[in-house]
Amino acid sequence: MIEAKDVYFKYPTGVEALRVVTLTISNGDFVAVMGQNGAGKTTLVKHFNGLLRPTKGDVLVDNVNTRDVSIAKLARSVGFVFQNPDHQLFCETVEEEVAFALRNFGFEKDVISRRVTWALNLLGLTQYRQTSPFMLSGGERKRVALASVLAWDPKIVILDEPTIGQDHQQKEKLRQFIIQLREQKKTVVIVTHDVEFVAECNPRVILMSEGKIVADGNADKILTDENLVTKASIVPPQISQIFMQLTDFGLPTNVIDVYEARKILLDFLEVHS
Amino acid sequence: MSVFDGLKFRRVSSPIHRLDPRAKFFYVCILFVIAVMFYQLLPLVILFLIQIPFVLVAGVQREWIRSMKGASFLASLIFVFNFGFNYFYTEYPRFPPSASLIEYSLAMTFRFIVLIESFSMFFLTTSPDLLGLALEQSHVPYEFCFAFTTAVRFVPVLAEEALTIMDAQKSRGLELEKGNFLKRIRNYIPILIPLIVSAIRRSLELAEAMESRAWGASKKRTNLYVLKLRRYDVLLITIAVSMLVFAVYVWLFIKIPLLTTLIQL
Repeated sequence: MIEAKDVYFKYPTGVEALRVVTLTISNGDFVAVMGQNGAGKTTLVKHFNGLLRPTKGDVLVDNVNTRDVSIAKLARSVGFVFQNPDHQLFCETVEEEVAFALRNFGFEKDVISRRVTWALNLLGLTQYRQTSPFMLSGGERKRVALASVLAWDPKIVILDEPTIGQDHQQKEKLRQFIIQLREQKKTVVIVTHDVEFVAECNPRVILMSEGKIVADGNADKILTDENLVTKASIVPPQISQIFMQLTDFGLPTNVIDVYEARKILLDFLEVHS
Repeated sequence: MSVFDGLKFRRVSSPIHRLDPRAKFFYVCILFVIAVMFYQLLPLVILFLIQIPFVLVAGVQREWIRSMKGASFLASLIFVFNFGFNYFYTEYPRFPPSASLIEYSLAMTFRFIVLIESFSMFFLTTSPDLLGLALEQSHVPYEFCFAFTTAVRFVPVLAEEALTIMDAQKSRGLELEKGNFLKRIRNYIPILIPLIVSAIRRSLELAEAMESRAWGASKKRTNLYVLKLRRYDVLLITIAVSMLVFAVYVWLFIKIPLLTTLIQL
């Protein structure tokens, strides 16, 4: 569980990135943090594994204040996958790369090799085990980065912009993957601009603007609220844009799911034909 | 990283910013020479103090103070080393450490601070573009000027990238401050490799972008802005030269008293 209490954060440069943020993310939650550039999304999630510590206020992860423990200790239960895999890949082989964190956490040798096999298999990277991560494509590198974090089986997984530079197939895989993580009762937090991806996943959405949380609720509520989305300068998913323009026909406006939309439209046609 | 903050240029206008970079560079070089000439505290403190009005006129005191803070760790190291070395290995009277020894170590520290101070002042008030222009007009081949300005421009970018990489590796359980001295150095490998790889990648991308914009298509380049020495630039150069002349005179003919004896008088 992650609790942020009145978190205020100011960068040394004087930028106020977070202004009194309070929220609770329960175990097993699936949360998408959204908002425009510079809204404080990444700053907020960096508080969850102790990379940043609040200037004022407290962040508690499983009832432990992040001020009291090291990042390495927190990272054990909070896995953070960065946006750009090139910021973390440095080993000679993919295998080494995935084992790096496990070594840092002091796992036994046989446990490491078992975990590495498991993580590579999970992300379909087994055939690249002995390949240099620098030889892989962008999408594959991203998966290596993901594998290198999932290998230690953190309870909470934070993904910063996981869909950037991924084709549709990879996004779909990622979505399946998140569903899988949720079945394992893991807490998943994603930071993203990708409205369509969020619409497909329908998680809890935390909408941020200028360092504050402006809305917190289910995706179908938040992403279809015109005032909110303009405030956070994001666009509603295309499906809900259509439905917003069809209100004259008495159709609901809070639709973000394609299958649900299809059903509503078919029912509507049936009644009116 | 805060040392680098003291070198980051911020676009503002002040009489110091408007000075010709060549004149400023000349002045800084003279300061360097004078700082290296003397090993007594008094002239070095004076050198330190005469730069403060420049900083105030340029309005960069915040950045300047930050760079001084960043340098303070190295400065204190220099003090400790000078003090320790001279205390144990030279003929300075021991027990208790004499005032002259402390003053000598302080002087060495101040020499370092003066060097950092003037460097920081120069870079804080000179835009990289102007600097490149100055190089170009000093008949340095354009390729070198371009490489230089690009390098300067990318320093903050790389510094920021290094911080992100550190965050990414810390999130994977890397503890930079763990282990003995050698282990600590090795801890930086996971940070250096991605940094270097991305710098190389970035340079290749930059090269491609430049090629696609026909870089080097014409041999004879013209510039929108042309640097010209103005009255204030000439004044600064004159000040610098007279400072040097004065310093040489003092160095040759005047015995500089210890600051401690001056205070006792």
